[in-house]
Amino acid sequence: MADSGVVTVYGNGAALTEPPKKTTAFSVKVGLAQMLRGGVIMDVVDAAQARIAEEAGACAVMALERVPADIRAQGGVARMTDPALIKEIKQAVTIPVMAKARIGHFVEAQILEAIGVDYVDESEVLTPADEHHHINKHNFRVPFVCGCRDLGEALRRIREGAAMIRTKGEAGTGNIVEAVRHVRSVMGDIRLLRNMDDDEVFSFAKKIAAPYDLVMQTKQLGRLPVVQFAAGGVATPADAALMMQLGCDGVFVGSGIFKSGDPARRARAIVQAVTHYSDPEILADISAGLGEAMVGINLSDSNVERFAARSE
Amino acid sequence: MAVGVLALQGSFNEHIAALRKIGVTGVEVRKPSQLEAVEALIIPGGESTTMAKLAHYHNLFPALREFVSLGKPVWGTCAGLIFLANKATGQKLGGQELIGGLDCTVHRNFFGSQIQSFETELAAPKLAEQEGGSDRCRGVFIRAPAILKAGPGVEVLADYTIPSDKLRSVASDTEAEEAIAYSQGKVIVAVRQGNILGTAFHPELTSDTRW
Repeated sequence: MADSGVVTVYGNGAALTEPPKKTTAFSVKVGLAQMLRGGVIMDVVDAAQARIAEEAGACAVMALERVPADIRAQGGVARMTDPALIKEIKQAVTIPVMAKARIGHFVEAQILEAIGVDYVDESEVLTPADEHHHINKHNFRVPFVCGCRDLGEALRRIREGAAMIRTKGEAGTGNIVEAVRHVRSVMGDIRLLRNMDDDEVFSFAKKIAAPYDLVMQTKQLGRLPVVQFAAGGVATPADAALMMQLGCDGVFVGSGIFKSGDPARRARAIVQAVTHYSDPEILADISAGLGEAMVGINLSDSNVERFAARSE
Repeated sequence: MAVGVLALQGSFNEHIAALRKIGVTGVEVRKPSQLEAVEALIIPGGESTTMAKLAHYHNLFPALREFVSLGKPVWGTCAGLIFLANKATGQKLGGQELIGGLDCTVHRNFFGSQIQSFETELAAPKLAEQEGGSDRCRGVFIRAPAILKAGPGVEVLADYTIPSDKLRSVASDTEAEEAIAYSQGKVIVAVRQGNILGTAFHPELTSDTRW
């Protein structure tokens, strides 16, 4: 009787108890992100740009409709990229393709997973869909990358299932100051934590509003338990090398490449800068004659919207 | 003995950490001159396209080829395996440069995109014979390649039977299909030829240090 009815009852056998989804082990997701280590991930808006990025040696591309600088300039609500465009970019390159979903918009993430993107970036650059909750990333097989400004925020995202962390920085400004602030904050807190007595960790975890087990794990490892990239404002090879020397595992470059005078050369130079970040002679070599860099935005202007403050 | 780890991009830190665990010094290799100081080399996982580009910028290919041809021990995981193969399919437009030396054909990204990545148990009896321990090992496959054809001089250390539900997502060009049909759904995932070792999966991400 209950089997044939159109009205679903609650409890056992009802529509609410969905079969358990097939999820990828968190260790595999973290492993995937580790393969991106020492690499550069570039924002691209079409297949031609994706090819330039691949030729330059990017380890992944981020498929977007508008780069952050344009989102800033044009305003309006920024949403997930058209799946058709993402598919086109996937066809064009062999390296992994990432795409952004709005914060808390788990259906956008489901769509991105369905079309087979390699990573989802739950990003503050797009207009947030939920002001209080992030996506429960454990429900997905695809790995997620999330932004953070400090250690507490990073560990909260990891607890939600993020397999990779990036600094928020201030996307689309070509100004590295915020990314430096965020990396310094995370690294500084980790250094503080390492020197801390075990008894003090409980109160520290409470202060930064992060789960105790992850705080303890971070203390033992001496670093975040997942790879940490820099993002938001990287425009030159020197910026990229700065982020690497501050302790990041790799770099996202958004508007910095395709908003500059000679994208192919700049892309290649930034890739090399990330590999040889501690060798000033090579850095000097590759920084020479790159043409015009993107126009930067001074963050002390009062009319600049702060993307980084859009989520906690 | 110093073991070099090619540190252009990818999981080189994990390899160095694994080497430290077994008491061997790992050295990061980024320039041709650094290759002269090491007796063996590990080429880590990562994006093979990216690594080939970077190696090309810094003129590493001639030095790497010489290193392999001298018969010094070399081990490639995932992207490193692609590097060492004589032939790779499923490449980007325009192809990519390879070091070569290992007589086999490797299919790049054979197992499909990121969400098809998986962790599994592999049977590796030959590994147990030499290094002891269990004859099973954990294999972490991440956008992994697979070996479609291996030459007569190549010893197969492990293979993997593709479960029928995965057949849909693996590579579907003609060469890949022929190879799958020929081997009845099995692909090779670990090989050795002389001093060259190649694995399609990532032992450096697990606690198994036998490889």
